[in-house]
Order: sequence, then structure tokens, then C-alpha cells
Amino acid sequence: MKSSQVTIENVSKRFGDFVALNNTSLTISKGGFYSLLGPSGCGKTTLLRIIGGFEMPSEGAVYFDGVNVLPLPPNKRHVNTIFQSYALFPHLTVFENVAFPLRLKKVANAEIKRAVEENLALVKMETESKKYPRQLSGGQKQRIAIARALINQPQVLLLDEPLSALDAKLRQHMLLELDAIHDKVGITFIYVTHDQAEALSVSDQVCVLNKGQIQQIGTPAEIYESPANEFVARFIGETNYIRGKVVAVTDAENAVFESPEYGKFNIWLDKKVQLGSSVALTVRPEKIRIAPGKPSNLPPDVNVLRGTVEDMIYTGFQTKYFVRVNGAKEPLIVFRQHVQYFMDEKPINWKDEVSVWWDTKDSFMVEVN
Amino acid sequence: MRKNYGPIYVAPIAFWLIAFLSVPLLITLSYSFMEKGLYGGVELKFSLAAYKSLLNTAVLKVLLNTIVIAVASTAIMVALALPTAYYIARSPVKNLLLMLIIIPFWTNFLIRIYAWIAILGSNGLLNSFLISTGLLDEHIQFLYNRYAIILVIIYTTIPFAIFPLYSTIEKFDFSLIEAAMDLGASKFRALWLVMIPNIRSGITTAILFTFIPTFGNFAVPQLVGGTDSWMLGNLIVRELNITRNWPLASSISVVLTSVTMIGVLFFMRSQSKKEL
Ligand SMILES: Nc1ncnc2c1ncn2[C@@H]1O[C@H](COP(=O)(O)OP(=O)(O)O)[C@@H](O)[C@H]1O
Ligand SMILES: [Mg+2]
Repeated sequence: MKSSQVTIENVSKRFGDFVALNNTSLTISKGGFYSLLGPSGCGKTTLLRIIGGFEMPSEGAVYFDGVNVLPLPPNKRHVNTIFQSYALFPHLTVFENVAFPLRLKKVANAEIKRAVEENLALVKMETESKKYPRQLSGGQKQRIAIARALINQPQVLLLDEPLSALDAKLRQHMLLELDAIHDKVGITFIYVTHDQAEALSVSDQVCVLNKGQIQQIGTPAEIYESPANEFVARFIGETNYIRGKVVAVTDAENAVFESPEYGKFNIWLDKKVQLGSSVALTVRPEKIRIAPGKPSNLPPDVNVLRGTVEDMIYTGFQTKYFVRVNGAKEPLIVFRQHVQYFMDEKPINWKDEVSVWWDTKDSFMVEVN
Repeated sequence: MRKNYGPIYVAPIAFWLIAFLSVPLLITLSYSFMEKGLYGGVELKFSLAAYKSLLNTAVLKVLLNTIVIAVASTAIMVALALPTAYYIARSPVKNLLLMLIIIPFWTNFLIRIYAWIAILGSNGLLNSFLISTGLLDEHIQFLYNRYAIILVIIYTTIPFAIFPLYSTIEKFDFSLIEAAMDLGASKFRALWLVMIPNIRSGITTAILFTFIPTFGNFAVPQLVGGTDSWMLGNLIVRELNITRNWPLASSISVVLTSVTMIGVLFFMRSQSKKEL
């Protein structure tokens, strides 16, 4: 199928005094799987509705392949939407639901039959065509909604939290299927979700939104590994967030960082920074190592801190430790993967004195906000 | 052991239905098969005289007129009530609008009919207005015809169409309309193809609630209709009070009730089939 590049240019949306979207610009490349990720109420649905034509922006423009689509009503844009509630027509069978867009266009019956069967096969629902929506499970309704949205051969498919009504297991499964369908039809997917795991696992690009403002745009790895600011760092996965100052720049790549809570340590300069400026560091919990007491043979170029295990959560494949360094307001979070048989590891118990350390290259600087 | 309280719960309503519905219907039915008494009432003798006199063209004309008025009024009422109910259900001030529809009901039914006489009569407000603006040269009688009956019936009965439609439209999931538009339908086609089939129960109720009282109406044709636009209700009243032919009045009632019931049953049957 033909796909489109979608460009959002300086789009703002106000509802009365409330700013739902503030000066948003982004480019979604042809055939990509693009996620809009953010907490509830951050303006994801609003942006999607503006792209779909259900809402007019207060300012800005939306282009499909360079053509401004704002003057076009929803039925004249080559987009289709998968609604959060599926929005299947309850009075029509599965077949007629999927055939609906073609019936509107007065397509010949034989062609309708062929196209509907093809699309039902795409979502593996060919056997359910005579059922009514109320006779389907949540996952099946989802599939029918996908088949129906694709039958018009849209160039862009908008998905608004399509999996949020499914249970966790099914969600995983449907996500992979969505990915497979995306690969097969090759059109641009714009996927709205508040679930960072969903966004990270299937997207080419992720745009993180908060309070109507773009926080960061990047690949899933960029978003996770080098978050642009505190919001992104905290929203995507778990992290340790340390405020402080750059007190000395050693060379082009290394500097000394001082935190009021943790003292001085070395950091790697992942971006340019002024001497003396306030910055914050994030270190992901899985990047931090933990050992009881004072281990003797630590690798070079690590920052070491000592603390007490305040709490621990064993989850089978790993244990999550909360380590309180003397004088710190919040404990550090440390994951320890049980790659060896757990019982063989040197045990770490509640209230034990431990050392934690991480490679200087594993921390990232983020803007303080 | 748990006692079964079912009969106690249904006793009041059962008593009500037997005393005020079944018994009167049976009395009416049996009167229609008796001979007429001299000064009203009936003679306890079996007779088909009443039904024979039904089969004259005057009565059949009234029956036809009743059907025409009832069908036309019902169709117009549902057609008007549908956009009205839609508008109310989508309005941010729906409670206020519903109030505005209820308020006229606080006035007596007959007074509301007389108000229309004051408006439509040959010396009424409408005539005075048209003459004062020069649109008319002389007074016109708008009253005492079929159209006046239909107009006043619509005015008095349309809330019975608006309310059931409102309550189903209010519950209707409007994201389905967005979905239909997303799939290529215009707003109007989306409403027609998706909303209408999904509010069918409200439409059915609206049709029944307006057709039944209209079919049996007699006050409106009595007051704003002419002798050539009589409805069955007027015939019953005449046979009961003036001609004093009670069996005939009863037989007309039986016809009226049967036509209504058969119509309703057929209608409900056809609707429930569509519901799968
Ligand atoms: N039609 C509307 N009128 C007023 N406020 C709205 C309207 N639609 C959305 N909003 C507000 O805009 C904000 C963003 O909404 P939305 O885009 O639905 O968020 P999300 O999908 O990210 O959860 C919310 O605070 C919501 O209350
Ligand atoms: Mg939303």
C-alpha cells in the first residue's frame, strides 16, 4: 500500500484557556512506526485527532507528503483511525463492519467480498465473519477494527491506545501482531500510548510528550539510554536521578561532578557543558553493580558509593535493591540480575552494608527541570 | 424454607389490570354482541346487529379517516422528534430543554386545545396577523378540517415521541459516528447508517407512544375537526351519548382496540426480528 510522510508544523491547540498542545513540530517518515508517548492528559489524543481531521488546531499546519490537509474533512484524508473503544458498529456483522467503507463507495459486491476476506485473513479472523461484535472477545474486536481501518487502503493509520482494554498477556501478543501487520502493509503507523514498554518495543521513533509539550524525539534506545530531561528519564523505565554541579572539566570527554548528597565523582561528558553549571545525572538501575561489604578488585573508571540495603524486592529473574547512601534523601535503585543460580550468589540481605558502583560512561547528563 | 413472595408483589398490579382493563374490555366485547336497549343500555340477547351496521360506508369512511390522521401524525411527529431529540441529547443544557418540553404539560389538555382555537379561528391571532400584514384580504377558517386535527394532535402528543428518542440517543455511543466518518461517511450518512439502526428501540417506542393515543383520540377532532373529519372516538361518543346505541358504540370500540393491538403486535414482531 502507498504510505505518506506526515509533518506537523508548529501546531498548538487550546480549549478555552487550557493549552492542550503547545507549538508542536514533528516529522513522521513514510512507512514508519511512530509512537506518541506520554502520561494521560498530555495531549496525545488531541494531536491524533488533529491529524485525523476530527479537531482543528488553534495554530499550525499538518502536511501529508507536503500537502496541507487542514482544509480536508476526515473522510477526504487518506488516514484511518483505530479508536480506543474499537467503535465497531453493533448492528452489523463482522463482515459488514469491515465492508462498511466499501459499501459507502458503492463498490461491486464481488469486489467487496474479495477485499473483506483478504483483510479478515490479514488479521486471522476469516472464520468469524458472520458474528456480531457483541459475540467477540476484546482481542477479536481489536482485529476487526484493524481490518476495517485498513480496507480503505489508508496511507496513514492512527492508533489511539489500541491495546489498553486488553489484558497484559494478550497485549503483548497483539503488539507483535500489529508489528507484523505494519511490516506487511507498509503504511505509516502513528501509535498513541501511555505505556512506555509498548512504545519502546515496536516503534522506529518515539515522541515523548508532557503537558502538551514535546520532551524528546528519538529512537527507543536514544529515549531510554539518553533521556533529554528529568521528565523523560523518570517516565521511561526506572532511574536514579542525581542533582549537582560540574566542578571541573578534566578533558573533552570527562569531568568531575559534585552532588550535595553523594559527593564528588567522575562523569563522562555526553554533551557539552559549562563549568559550574547545574546539571543532573541519571543512572539506570541495571547499570549499577552491587556487592556486599567492600569488594577489593573493582574495575577502573567506576564511581563507587557505600550504603545500606533499605529494602529489597525479589522478582525471580532479578532483585531490586533500595540502597541508602548516608545523607541521601532518596535511596538508589539497583537491579541485580540472577544470571547465576541465585542460591550460589553471595547473599545480600536487608540492612547489609553494600558497595554500589557504575562505569563513568553509564551515567547521562540531563537538563535540570 | 424461603417463602415465595412473587404473588404478593404482583397482586396490586394484577388487580389493577383485571379491574380496570380486562373486565371493562370483556364488558365492551359482550355488549357489542347484544341488542340495543330502548334508552341506551343493552338487552341481554345475542345479536350481530351492531357489527352489521358497522359495515356501512359512513363508518368505514370514519375508520379510513382515523387511519390516515393517525399514520400521518405519527410519521410527522417521529420525523420532527428525531432531530429535536438529537439536538437536546447533544446540547450542554439538555435538562433545561427537556424542562421546556414538559412545561406546557402543566396546563390542562383541553385548555391547550382551546388555545389553538384562539390562534387558528377565523377571528384568531393568525388571521389578524395575516390581515394586518396585508397577506390576506379576508378571514379564512383554518379550523374544522383534517389538517387542524393533525396539527393539534402533533402539538399535544409530540413529547411522547421526543422522550423515548431522547433517552436512546443520549445513551448512543457517538464515537461510532466519528468512526463512520473516519471510514468515509459524511456526517449525515454516518447518522443515517449508524445512529438510526442503533436507536431503533427508541423509534419503535416513539411510534407506539404516538400512534396509540392518536388512533383513539376524540377530544381533538371534537374541538378542532369538522363533521367530515370525524375519527372513531367521535363515533363512539355519539353512539353512547346521543344515539344511545351502546352495542354499536361497543363494536366500534372493539374494532378500534383490535386494529390498534394487531397493528402494535405486527410492528413489534417485525422490529424484534430485526434485532436478531
Ligand atoms: N474537547 C475538549 N474540551 C476541553 N478540554 C479538552 C478537550 N479534549 C481534550 N481536552 C483536554 O486536553 C488535555 C489533553 O487531552 P488528550 O489529548 O485526550 O490527552 P491524552 O490522550 O494524552 O490522555 C486533557 O487535559 C483534556 O482534558
Ligand atoms: Mg487519549
